[in-house]
Amino acid sequence: MSEARVTRHGLEGERPGRDALFGNGTDGQLAGVGGSGKRRGGERRMVPQAEFSSYYGQPVLKIPAWQAKDIAGYLFFGGLAGAGSTLAAAAQFTGHPATARALKFSSLGAISLSTVALVHDLGRPERFLNMLRVAKPTSPMSVGSWILAAYGPAAGLAAASAATGLLPRLGTAATLAAGGIGPTVAAYTGVLLANTAVPAWHEGHRELPHLFVASAAVAAAGMALLVGPRAENTPARRLALLATGAELLATRSLVTSAGIAGETYQQGRPGRLLTTAKRLALLGTAGAALLAGRSRPAAALSGAALLAASAATRFAVFHAGLASARDPKYTVLPQRLRLRAAGADAPGGAG
Amino acid sequence: MPELPGTERVGFFTDTSVCIGCKACEVACKEWNLVPEDGLELTGMSYDNTGSLGASTWRHVAFIEQNKPLGGQQAHRTHEAHENMDVLALAAQGSATPVAEAAVTPTTPGAPTPDGRTELRWLMASDVCKHCTHAACLDVCPTGALFRTEFGTVVVQQDVCNGCGYCVPACPYGVIEQREGDGRAWKCTLCYDRLGAGQEPACAKACPTDSIQFGPLDELRERAAQRVARLQETGVPDARLYGADPDDGVGGGGAFFLLLDEPEVYGLPPDPQVTTRDLPRMWRHAGLAALMLLGGVAAVCTRTHRRSR
Repeated sequence: MSEARVTRHGLEGERPGRDALFGNGTDGQLAGVGGSGKRRGGERRMVPQAEFSSYYGQPVLKIPAWQAKDIAGYLFFGGLAGAGSTLAAAAQFTGHPATARALKFSSLGAISLSTVALVHDLGRPERFLNMLRVAKPTSPMSVGSWILAAYGPAAGLAAASAATGLLPRLGTAATLAAGGIGPTVAAYTGVLLANTAVPAWHEGHRELPHLFVASAAVAAAGMALLVGPRAENTPARRLALLATGAELLATRSLVTSAGIAGETYQQGRPGRLLTTAKRLALLGTAGAALLAGRSRPAAALSGAALLAASAATRFAVFHAGLASARDPKYTVLPQRLRLRAAGADAPGGAG
Repeated sequence: MPELPGTERVGFFTDTSVCIGCKACEVACKEWNLVPEDGLELTGMSYDNTGSLGASTWRHVAFIEQNKPLGGQQAHRTHEAHENMDVLALAAQGSATPVAEAAVTPTTPGAPTPDGRTELRWLMASDVCKHCTHAACLDVCPTGALFRTEFGTVVVQQDVCNGCGYCVPACPYGVIEQREGDGRAWKCTLCYDRLGAGQEPACAKACPTDSIQFGPLDELRERAAQRVARLQETGVPDARLYGADPDDGVGGGGAFFLLLDEPEVYGLPPDPQVTTRDLPRMWRHAGLAALMLLGGVAAVCTRTHRRSR
C-alpha cells in the first residue's frame, strides 16, 4: 500500500523510487544514507547525518574470502606462541624452570596449529613454501612468512631440547632466539590486517599492532597460569594484570581511531565478541590477581578465561573488518569527508 | 588501432558519456580470456546482472537509473503552471473522466524539456581494473605473482599465485578476487597477450561507441581532458574525470574514466588510497609494540626474580 497522500502542496509521504541514489543532487543537496546504509533500530549516530550514495548498496570493496577459523585462529595461535616464547625465555632465566618448559611446549603446539590454519587457508601445504620465493617488505604477509620461518624452528628446537634434555646449549640458544623473535610474531599480524583497504582495519593501523601484542600477552599469561605450577605463577599473574590493562586501552583507542568504521566494533557479532572478551579478561585477571596464588584450580580457570578472552578479541577484530568492508558506507563516507576537508571535491560536486 | 606502443605505458580511457550499455566489452573479455561463467542470476539492479567486478568478471557494466535531468537543463522544476490548480477538486472528478479527455494519465510521460528530453536519465559505465600507478595488490603479494608489465599494467601470474587472498582486501576498488574452487586471484590483464602481439584489448576492440579507448596513457589523458572540457561547455557540468590525476591516492590509474556523477554512484570509491602508503608507520608501531612486550615480560619476571631469591 502506498502511504503517499495528495495534498494541495503536492505529494506527501511519497516512497522513494527504485532508482540508484546519486550524490550531488541538482539543487546542491547530497542524497541521504541509502541502501544498506539504513539500519534498524534508533541507534545513536557516531557522525553527523551521513551523506553518501552507493551503487544499489553494493560493497565497494571485495570481502576477503578468508575463513574466520583459519585467519582469526591463525592470529590467536600466532600471538599465543610468540608471547609464550618470550615469557618462557624470561621465566627460564628468572628461576621458573617448570613454567618455562611448559610454555615451550605450548608455543610449539600453538605455532603448529597456526601453521595448520595458514596452510588450510592456502589450500595446499607446498603453498607455504611458495611464500618464501621472495622477500618483500611492502608485503606484511611476506615479512610474516620469513618471521615464521625463523621462529618456528627456534620454537621447535627449544621445545625438543626441553623435552629430551639433549643439546642443552643449543636449547638455550633456541629459547633465547624464540623469545626474541616471539614479539614480532605477535606484532606483525596487526600490520597484516591494517595494511588492507578494509576500513575497520586500516583506519586503526596505529593501534592494531599494539592491540595484537597486548592480546598475545594476555594469552601467554593465561597459558602460563593454565600449565605452570602454582609456586611459579607470580610472573604470569603480573603479566595478566599488565596485558589486560594494555588490551582494554588498545581496544578503546582502536574503536575511537577507526572513525565511522569504529561502529563495526560495537555492533552485532564483533560487538558481542568484544564485550565477551572484556568480561573474560577482567574475570581472568581478577582470578589471577586474587586466587591464582593460593589455588591451582583457580589459576587454571583464570588462565582459561584469559585464553578465551584473547581468542574472542581476535575474532571480534576479524569480523568487524568484514562488516566494515560489506557496507559501502564505511568506505565512501570517510573518503567523502576527507575530500571535503581537503577542499578538493570533484568538479560539480556539491559541498 | 594504434601501433604497438612498445614500452610506453598504455591504458584505458572509458568515456561513460557514450556508453550504451551493450555489454559487448563484458562478452568480448570473457571470450578472449576464456573467463568462466559466473552464474546466471537476475540481480534486480536495472540491467546489471553481473553485479560487480570479480574473479570471473573483468569488465562490468553498471546501470544507474536516476530521476535527474540530463545535461543542458535547469536543475529546478518549476511549478508555476500548476499554482492555481485545485488538485483536490480534480481528484474529486475521479476516474469517470474519459481517458481521451484526461490531461494526465498514469502512462503520460513527464513534460519534455525544450530539447525534447524527459527526466529519467540512465547512466551506463563499463568498469575495469584500474592498473594503478601505486598498486596495493602488487605491493602486498607475498609471492611476486603480481607484477608490472613492460606496458605499465598490473598482471597476475597464475602459475605463481599462491591463493593467499591478501591482494583481495588490499585493493581499494574491490577489483581482484579469488575464484571459487580455484583459490587463486584473478583480474583484468589488460589483455597482456594481445598487447604483446600489437593488438588492442578485446573490450576496446569490441566497443561499438568507442566508450572504451585504448592507447598510450599520456595521449589518452590529453584526449580525456579535451572531452571533459567540451562536455562541460555544452552543458554537462557534472562531467568529471576519475582516476586521471597522477597525484591521487593511487598515483593515478592506468585505466581512468569520464563520469557524469559522483564516483560512488557508480560503486567507485571517491578517494581511494594505496594502503602501503601508511606501511612505514605501521611497521614502526609494530616494532614499538614488540619492544613493549619484551620490556613488559622482562619487568614482570625480573622483579619476581629479585623477590623470590
